[in-house]
This record gives sequence, C-alpha cells and structure tokens, in this order.
Amino acid sequence: MPSRWRVALLSVEGLVKHFPLGGAGAWLDRLGGQAPRSVRAVDGVSFAVAPGETLGLVGESGCGKSTVARSILRLVEPTAGRVIFGDVDLTALSAEPLRRQRRNLQMVFQDPTASLNPRLSVGRTVQEPLQRHTTLGAGERRARVAEVLAQVGLGAELVDRYPHELSGGQRQRVNIARAIATRPRFVVLDEPTSALDVSIRVRAILLLDELRSTLGMTYLFISHDLASVKYLAHRVAVMYLGTIVEEASTAELFTRPLHPYTQALLSAVPVPDPDRRHARIVLAGEVPSPIDILGGCRLRGRCPLAQPVCAEPVTLRAVAPAHRVACHLV
Amino acid sequence: MPWPWRRLARNRLSFAALGAILVVTVAALLAPWLAPYDPDEPDAAAALASISVRHPLGTDLYGRDQLSRLIHAGRVDLLVALSATAIALTLGATLGAGAGYRGGWVDHLVMRGVDAVMAFPAFILALAITAALGNSTANVVAAIALTHVPIYTRLIRGEMLKARETEYAEAARTVGNRPHQILLYHLFPNCVPPLIVQATLAMGFAILTVAALSFIGLGIQPPQSEWGQMTAEGAGYVVSGEWWLVLFPGLAIMLTVLAFNLVGDTLRDLLDPRMRGVR
Amino acid sequence: MSELLQVHNLTVHFATEDGLVEAVDSVSFSVRPREILGVVGESGSGKSVTAHALLRLIRPPGRIVRGEIRFEGADLLALPEEQMGEVRGARIALVFQSPRTALNPVLTVGGQIARLYELHQHVSRAEAWRRTIEMLTLVGIAEPARRARQYAHQLSGGMCQRVMIAMAIASSPRLLIADEPTTGLDVSIAAQILDLLRGLGRRTGASIVLITHDLGLVAEACDRVAVMHAGQLVEIADVRTLFKRPLHPYTQALVRSIPRIDREVAMEPIPGAVPSLLAPAPGCRYADRCARVLEVCRRERPVLRAAGASHEVACHAVEVESGTAVR
Repeated sequence: MPSRWRVALLSVEGLVKHFPLGGAGAWLDRLGGQAPRSVRAVDGVSFAVAPGETLGLVGESGCGKSTVARSILRLVEPTAGRVIFGDVDLTALSAEPLRRQRRNLQMVFQDPTASLNPRLSVGRTVQEPLQRHTTLGAGERRARVAEVLAQVGLGAELVDRYPHELSGGQRQRVNIARAIATRPRFVVLDEPTSALDVSIRVRAILLLDELRSTLGMTYLFISHDLASVKYLAHRVAVMYLGTIVEEASTAELFTRPLHPYTQALLSAVPVPDPDRRHARIVLAGEVPSPIDILGGCRLRGRCPLAQPVCAEPVTLRAVAPAHRVACHLV
Repeated sequence: MPWPWRRLARNRLSFAALGAILVVTVAALLAPWLAPYDPDEPDAAAALASISVRHPLGTDLYGRDQLSRLIHAGRVDLLVALSATAIALTLGATLGAGAGYRGGWVDHLVMRGVDAVMAFPAFILALAITAALGNSTANVVAAIALTHVPIYTRLIRGEMLKARETEYAEAARTVGNRPHQILLYHLFPNCVPPLIVQATLAMGFAILTVAALSFIGLGIQPPQSEWGQMTAEGAGYVVSGEWWLVLFPGLAIMLTVLAFNLVGDTLRDLLDPRMRGVR
Repeated sequence: MSELLQVHNLTVHFATEDGLVEAVDSVSFSVRPREILGVVGESGSGKSVTAHALLRLIRPPGRIVRGEIRFEGADLLALPEEQMGEVRGARIALVFQSPRTALNPVLTVGGQIARLYELHQHVSRAEAWRRTIEMLTLVGIAEPARRARQYAHQLSGGMCQRVMIAMAIASSPRLLIADEPTTGLDVSIAAQILDLLRGLGRRTGASIVLITHDLGLVAEACDRVAVMHAGQLVEIADVRTLFKRPLHPYTQALVRSIPRIDREVAMEPIPGAVPSLLAPAPGCRYADRCARVLEVCRRERPVLRAAGASHEVACHAVEVESGTAVR
C-alpha cells in the first residue's frame, strides 16, 4: 500500500454501489438465467484523504460522485468495499456506533433550500447536531450557535428566521454552519456551490477554504465546476462511469492531464479570455448507460485514441509519484 | 406564536367564517347560561308560536323555545363532530405516518384496510354501524370517526412518502438523528398542513353526518335536541305553515358547515411559517 | 450598417403586492446582422426579463412601461397582437432555460416540432415530419427518427436542449435569443451546445443573443457583450475590449471575481449585494457597491456614452476620469 494511506484520515477501499433494477426487466433476467442487471453507479473506487487536505472529486452527471459521497456516510449502503475513518471501519459499524461517528463526519448538501427543514428556524437547525452529539445545555448550545453563525458570516439576529426568509447564499451558509457545529474532522461537500449565483459562489468557496484552515478540517469536495476545484483542492480525482480514471495533485492534473477523458473535460471548460479560444477535444456521442457496461476501458466507445488493447480491463495505476491513471495508452 | 390578525382581516370571507365558528362554539359552551329557557320545558299555552320577542325563533308543538333548543343542540353537534374528527385524525395520522415511513408490508396492510373501509359509501357505513351497535352518542362518534380515518391515513401517507425523499430528511440523518427523531421532528411536522384543511372540511362533514343520522332517527335520541333531528321534526310542519321549525335548524347546519369549509385554507396558511412576512 | 434589432430605453415594471419592482430600467442596445451578442449579469440583473420583453411575453403584473424595440424596421411594441404572433417563433425565436421543463411532457418531441411546421409553414403532416427529422439531424441528435418518437423525459438534458434549439430554428428566424441555454448541463455537453448555436448562426445568417451569467461562455462565443446590473445596462463593447479593458467598475469587479482554470487568480468577491429592485433609489444602482462612487452617482442615473470604437459605458466616474463626457 502506498505510504500515504497509512496517515490517511479517510480511506476508501474498493467501494462498490449497485442499484438493482427492479420490475419486470429484472424478473425476466432471472427467468432467462442471467444475473439481474443493476445500475452500477460506483464500480470499484479507492482513494485516501490525508488530514487537513481537500480532495476534489470531479466528473459529469452520472459518474457516481454523489453516490460515492453518500456511500461513505452510509446514507446509502455500499454493495461492497470498506470505508476506514481514522481507525474505525465505518462499513462494519452497527446503527448506534455509526450514528455517534457522525459527530466527526458531516456533509454540506447541494441544494440550500431543499436541505433545510422549512419549518425549523435557523437556530433550531444549527443547534440540532449539538443536541444529538453533545451534552451541552440549552444556553450553552445557543452560545455555540451564535459563534458558528458568526464564523460563517451570518449575523446572530438570523437565529429566529426561517429558511424562506433568507437568500440562497444565506441558506447555504446555514447549511455550512450546521455541518461545522460539532467541529467535525471531515466534511463532504456535495456540490456546495452549484445552486448558487456566480458572485455568491465565490464567497462560498472562500469561506469554505477559510473554515478548513481555521478549524483544521479535511474536505472531500465534489463538484463539476473545475475552476472552483482548482482553487480549493490539493488533489483531484476524476470519475467517469463509476470509476476513477485519473488522480493527481491539482497542479499536476491541470497542467499535465494524462487520461483522454480528463483532457477532454478540461478542454471543454470555457475560459474567460477571448484570445484563448482553443480547439476542443470532443468525445464522440454521450455518456453510456451505467447499466450495460462493456468490458475493458469504459471510455472505449468515445475515445479518439482508442486502440484494440483498450478492450482489455484497465486498472488505476501510478505512472508518477502521486499520479495515478487508468489508461492503457499512458 | 403571534396570531396575525391583520392578515386574517384582509381575507374578509375567512374572517367572517372564523367569526361564525367562534360564535357557534361560544354559544355551545355557554349554552346553559345563554339559553333563555330550559330547552325541555314545555309551555302548552305558547305551542307552535311564530317568532316573537318572547320566543325569537318560535316554539314547537310542546311550546319549547326553539332558540334554547337550537343552542343546546349546537352543543351536541359540535361535540360529536369534534370528538369524531379528533379521534379519526389521531388514528389516521398515526396509521398513515407509520405506513408511509416503514413502507413494505406495513404499508400494504394499512392501505388494504383503508381500501376496505373506503369501499363503503361513508354514510351507509355510519348508518350500518349505528344500526348495529345501537344509537348512543358514543356509537355515533365512533361510526363517524371510523368512516373518516381512511382520508387522513391516505393523506399523511402521501405526504410522508414525499417528505422521506427530501434532502432535509437526508440531512437530518447526517446530523445524527435516530429514525424516530427524524420522523417526529422533521417528517411529521411537514406532513401536517394538508391534514388541517382536511380536518376542518371533515368537521363540516361530521356535522352533516350526525344531522343526517338523526334526521332518519338513528342518531341522537330525543329529548336531546340536535339540529338534524330538529330539522326532521320541522319538515313535517312546512305544509301546515310553521316554517320556523325547519328553517332555523337547517340554516344552523348550513352556515356552520359553510364556515368550516371556508376557514380550512386560512387556518393552514396561518400555521405555515413560510407564510410569515408574505401576504 | 442597418441593425437587425434596436432596443431603445426599454423599461419593464412589475406591480407586486409589496410594491413596484423596476426590473428593467431604460435599457438600450442593438444587435447587428450575423453577430452573437452576449448579455451578462447576475440573477436579478433583468436579463431574462429583457429577453421576454423583446418577444412581448411580459404578462401582468409585469408591464412594458416605455421603450422602443425596432426589429427589421418595425416597432414591435406598436404591432397589433396578431402580427406580433407572426413574429414570435418565426422571425424571432427564444430558447428557454431548463429544456426538459420547457418541453411538453405529453407530446413526443418530434410531434412538437412537426406541429410548428404545420402551423407556420402550412405543410402536410408527412412533410412536417420529414422536416422534423432533418432538423433533428441538423442539431446533432443521433438516430433522429427513433428520438423523434420519444418523450422529453426519455432524453438527456443535452438532447432536450438540442430539441429546444431545433424548435427555435424550425422556421429560420433572423434572431435567436438563447436564455441560459447551458445552465444545468455538464461542461462537455454545454460546450457542444455552444458550438451548435455558433454553427447554426453562421449557417443560417441569424443573429444570436446569448443570455448567461457565465463570463467564460461569453468569451468563447460572443462578438459583443452587454453587461447588466440590477436592471440597468452598464457597459457594452466588443468581446476583446470588454475583457482586456473593461471600464465600468462592475464589469471590472466581475472579471476579477471569477475562478479560472487558465491562470492563478485571487478571486475577489464583488462587495455588497445586488440591490432590491423594489422602489429602487434613483441614480446608478451600483452606487452602494462601487469603490469609485461619486455624489452625482446617487442622484442621476448615468447614461450610456461612447468610450471608444464599439464601446459604451454608463458611469459618471468614467466620464469624470476621462476628462469630459465623450459624446
């Protein structure tokens, strides 16, 4: 095992999540003697996050990054694989010990409106994690809530307001406040800025960065906004159709992307400089369905560099220190 | 929670409806002190008298003051409707929330039970129950309650299915809530608003049902006055010209039910934190 | 050079229960033939409302209070509704945001496009279907005959957007307005859609108004750019000038604030927040957020003035700093 895994705060090993297809189709599959098909949302993902770092997880819709996030927190139950947090195997815990671990493993959700209970005030929402995980009294909780709200840049007077009275940016800050209330060691950020307006997005990113260093947290930053990831993340893993295709330090990934998918993805990001209109690497067709996945490299049908060898199964392997790629041609 | 009178006042119809319900409720509560006469006291000399200053709503065959009877009857009607609705609401909400949250065989079992009850026309079912069990007030309440349970069960089950899938429910789990805490503090409160509208409408239905049952003699028994029973009696006097005996009880039923129907939406809006600060 | 579209002092108000929302305030710009004009702004800047106003799609409580919209010589605001109906969809087309929700869920996508042909071009059902398949191929949908018989929910977001574009260009409009056509789409699909729009513009000679909050898109695709803030148009220039030498403080702040992957940038958020459009203060609406605010800014709304070839700015500070107001 690479040495960095020994000091990892979170280590994901061989994570798999398949959603079985129900209904007539599956029944007919079984009848015909075939194993019932499923949506292979996450199909063998392994990575590690060191304490204090931000790992960016990027990919387009359907690549499985959100499912990875939910599997790590066991909001959905992994089909296979292990998640080691510190020295605890999260996947082996029963309900109550798992619940207790949540003090240290939090999540900021994508949709700031949908992730806040509309009937609870800001104060009530933010103090709930404290209620569930600490023995602080009501007064102490109130004080802590005020402190956390200040940390995310919200005034204490918002404590009695309801989500619908706040702007999108403020709601997302409440979301963040709730996640950091118990001073967790690890926070999963699931597209925390996608639903925000462009100028608010910048502030949210800066806030998240500041909180990480001030409170000594570790992040898994899931996003499809590559520019934000470039700013916030120390290392980046690129996902496609349920697997990681490339993983490297941020600087390395953005300057020397090796996997054709990473190259295509980066070339598609519009750059706000009219003199730098570059030729795009275009992948043919659209992302295939995660149900019937062909053997070999998953990019095979769309890759401009595809060779016969690409029909062989491919593994994620190190081609340079701290740079892993899953491609036969590298 | 401060009652936003201002907002209520803007919606005049609902305000009037709420006022009407308040009047009926207060009158029902204060019946013994409000009614000018003993509702059961006969006065042969004043039998079948039309409306007058002494008897504002007239008298019946036995000379009993109709106004007093009406007020006392309102008591019964409201009590029956309220108890039946409360029981149905509690039972239905519990069943429906459980079914929606657990899913699986629990859901199936509860919903088939609901289907079974709903297969019968509500009034026929209430009728059958009171006929079978005997027509005491308690039986009437039970019968009406039973026919109303399915509505609440279905309603809250639907809301629960939606609430279960929301991102805030997921967040509640992430934060460290145990399943029963998610249900109680997050899901259930968000399922309640449609129930309130339904409950007020159901109050109206309940009053109609008890009135109808009493109209055909299967509900509240005389000498206890009840609006439906009074209407039934009064109906027999229309041809002979004592119009006041049927009109006032009938109006009482109609206006009360109408008021409940109108107030439902407004009540729900008042209890929704989202409507704060919004007109 | 005669402009295809000339908007002059367009003002749109919404009479809400809380008061008058002045969503668009005296906006003036023009669109030339065969060009792609970008309209950039945050949410609440009035760009979508402007787009809807161009097609007279503003419904009560919204109202076009004043202004002139000259399209191919005629003032659209003065046209009777019947004639406006002929312009809409046929001469000026609009591609909406959220493609999946803008498509009718109970009709097949092919059916929706074919109907347009039947209505506007008065052709038979069979001919309309033939043209539909042709159009779907043109917008880059694989297996067009099969896809045409599917429903909106069976198509991906990118495909739905292509269908929307197909519907928009079905009658070869002279002007295509695309309202946030790539929001919600993956980066690579967004890039494909943008290429598609540009290609269509070149091929048909239509002009495109691209409404977006994404400066990257604008830099990639547009010839000229108009920047809107809180209902006011603050700067309009050709794309290179806008990015290289932005003059309006808001434009400058906007360009400085965005995260980029091509260079290391200290993202500086724009100070303050977009002001409420409910009974707004007179004068420049950027005044409370502006580092170079002058006293006159709060009193008098700055007017768009030329600041160079194909470059107009509405800013008192710029006027003052350039010596005299350039006329």
